Amino acid sequence: MATLPNPIAAGPAARERRKARRSAWWQAAPLTLAFLLFFIVPLVMTLVVSFWNFNEYEIIPAFTFKNYQAIFDGCGSLTNVCVTLKTYWSTLRFCVIVWAVTLVLGFSIAWFLAFHVRTVRMQTLLFMVCTIPFWTSNVIRMISWMPLLGRNGLVNQALVGAHLVDRPLDWLLYSDFAVVLAFVHLFTFFMIVPIFNAMMRIDRSLIEAARDAGANGWQILWRVVLPLSKTGVIIGSIFVVTIVMGDFLTVGVMGGQQIASVGKIIQVQTSYLQFPAAAANAMVLLAIVLMMIWALTRLVDIRKEL
Amino acid sequence: MSDKKTTDARVETDAATAVHDTATNANTTAEHGGLSRRTFLKGAVAAAGIAGFPYVHAQEKITLRYLGTAVNQSADIAKKFKEDTGIEIQYIPLTTDDVTKRIITQPNSFDIADTEYFSLKKLIPSGTLVGLDAKKIKYADKITPVLTHGEIGGKKIGDQGTAPKKVMFLTDQHSTQFSPTPTEWMTLIPTTYNADTLGIRPDLIKRPVNTWADLLNPQFKGKAALLNIPSIGIMDAAMALEASGKMKYGDKGNMTKPEIDGTIAALIEAKHAGQFRAFWRDFNESVNLMASGEVVIQSMWSPAVTKVRTMGVPCTFQPLKEGYRAWASGFGLPRTLQGRKLDAAYQFINWFLDGWAGAYLMRQGYYAAVLETARQHMQPFEWDYWIEGKPATQEIKAPDGQLLEKVGTVRDGGSYQTRMGAIACWNAVMDENIYMVQKWNEFIAA
Repeated sequence: MATLPNPIAAGPAARERRKARRSAWWQAAPLTLAFLLFFIVPLVMTLVVSFWNFNEYEIIPAFTFKNYQAIFDGCGSLTNVCVTLKTYWSTLRFCVIVWAVTLVLGFSIAWFLAFHVRTVRMQTLLFMVCTIPFWTSNVIRMISWMPLLGRNGLVNQALVGAHLVDRPLDWLLYSDFAVVLAFVHLFTFFMIVPIFNAMMRIDRSLIEAARDAGANGWQILWRVVLPLSKTGVIIGSIFVVTIVMGDFLTVGVMGGQQIASVGKIIQVQTSYLQFPAAAANAMVLLAIVLMMIWALTRLVDIRKEL
Repeated sequence: MSDKKTTDARVETDAATAVHDTATNANTTAEHGGLSRRTFLKGAVAAAGIAGFPYVHAQEKITLRYLGTAVNQSADIAKKFKEDTGIEIQYIPLTTDDVTKRIITQPNSFDIADTEYFSLKKLIPSGTLVGLDAKKIKYADKITPVLTHGEIGGKKIGDQGTAPKKVMFLTDQHSTQFSPTPTEWMTLIPTTYNADTLGIRPDLIKRPVNTWADLLNPQFKGKAALLNIPSIGIMDAAMALEASGKMKYGDKGNMTKPEIDGTIAALIEAKHAGQFRAFWRDFNESVNLMASGEVVIQSMWSPAVTKVRTMGVPCTFQPLKEGYRAWASGFGLPRTLQGRKLDAAYQFINWFLDGWAGAYLMRQGYYAAVLETARQHMQPFEWDYWIEGKPATQEIKAPDGQLLEKVGTVRDGGSYQTRMGAIACWNAVMDENIYMVQKWNEFIAA
């Protein structure tokens, strides 16, 4: 990317370069346009609308900070924490827990697939097995937990039947536990793919060299494999973090609609035609997620590693 | 993109008027004509003054795009209407909130809207709907006084909230003001209405339930559910709080800020005490919660209770001493509708009030806007069960033929007179709606 123009080259070579540069612009144009049209323009519109006023049935082009003020209303108080902070706290907590669990699970599974499965055919087959949860819709996957975890569900029946508990456990469904479980079930795959990809690119002779130099399994994992698959870990983390931050469906269904999420607040507001308020919330959420991604990319230069 | 669409729509409606006018002039039968580009061209050419164009070939079928919640959108009704008139109905089913959103943001995307009366407080000021001409509605004066005057058998019924009588009439066809007294211009022509209450699992509760207060009774800790549609959920909560004596309201359907604060505070307290198992948003969620036994008492809708029962699980739509929370829905027309589509829309509304559709929906537990006509399409024993509240003398079946009730059962809540007479409040949009939604989010986050 960052090749400096060569001052010695001139004449036909320079023309050639100009031509190449022009064609590069043409090649980038379709994606740029698509981005502009479907990403930048809506985003700018959302930003603009977030400063507009609204009533029950219309949004009014005006300039007001009302929507942002409503979000942070009462957030200065330490004793009585405001809705926004509570909601972000709840969402961030899910984010951290889900990230940690999917990271450990995803890394272990990827490790197994990359280093323990010998044949490429077996690797492909097992990799396909990991995609099975994606064959059905998100909602159906979540709903299928209910007969399992419900008060009269299979797990409770088994526990009561085995006399491990006297009464059915209520916290299995419509609880934080259920939400985390569903998230992990849904999103571990997003961790597996990039980590597996990174691991497959590790030169096997490096591991042999480490072993020859007397490293044990743990040291190989910690000193060789982990640093070399860091890119995969970061990419997977970005996937998981952004999805969990914006989710309202999983939290809604598995939490019995009793647990707040930022996405849910935005959804309620849009369904009541409070678009400017929803837009303001969306902008705040976007800013926070961007900061998280920025922090993650500080840890690793993804462009260099790719 | 959207600009282009609106111009297209305008051109099409203009064309429709042109076709309609010229067709009438030429005295041809173009009643079932449609709105394709071809008819548009023909209409335009004809309008330009070329006489003797063969209009007969322009006879294409009219399709009415019917926007509404799935409640009234039965395939059987569309089929029967097509048999009777040749006009096609195309359903656009959405949730209550999305119907409102669609009417305000995309008023050209439908020809007839079936929406709830309480949304009118948002819809009418936005100016996308037009007043319906009562003179064109054959049974306009036969529409039940429950909706038009808020009374039954001469007796006044509860009018807290957005009672239909408050928003039934407009001061003028294109007015955005409601008229407190009846006028010729109606906002919606009613289709169905009902009175909602709590659904319970009598087999799991094992004691009589007769008050809304039981929704928040600690006895059902972890086994109660609430509707997570803020404007309706808060009214159910208000019914429960008022019944338990914890709160007093001037108008549960139009709370003041302190009343909203008090209600939400009480709800948060109940939530922290673990009263609620879950909140539900759509019909099927409420059915699952009840049928699986996760919940034994919750705010519920009548067809959901029926569905739980047809699954073989006992479930009662329990009448309560404080009364019901009622709702009503009706047909509205977009301001842009013109020409033969407008005529077809009126034809459909008149057909809907003519009895067949009313009887069909009454067999699902709703009430029809015009009872007399619906009665003519029902068996006497059906009428006795659904409306008179008498024990069933024959098996009661759903419109699809599925068995609903055995001989001898009585409808939950009894007769039409009893149920409608016990209405306490109506689904509503409050003046403080924006504040209420904000506080409701606080409750969910608590």
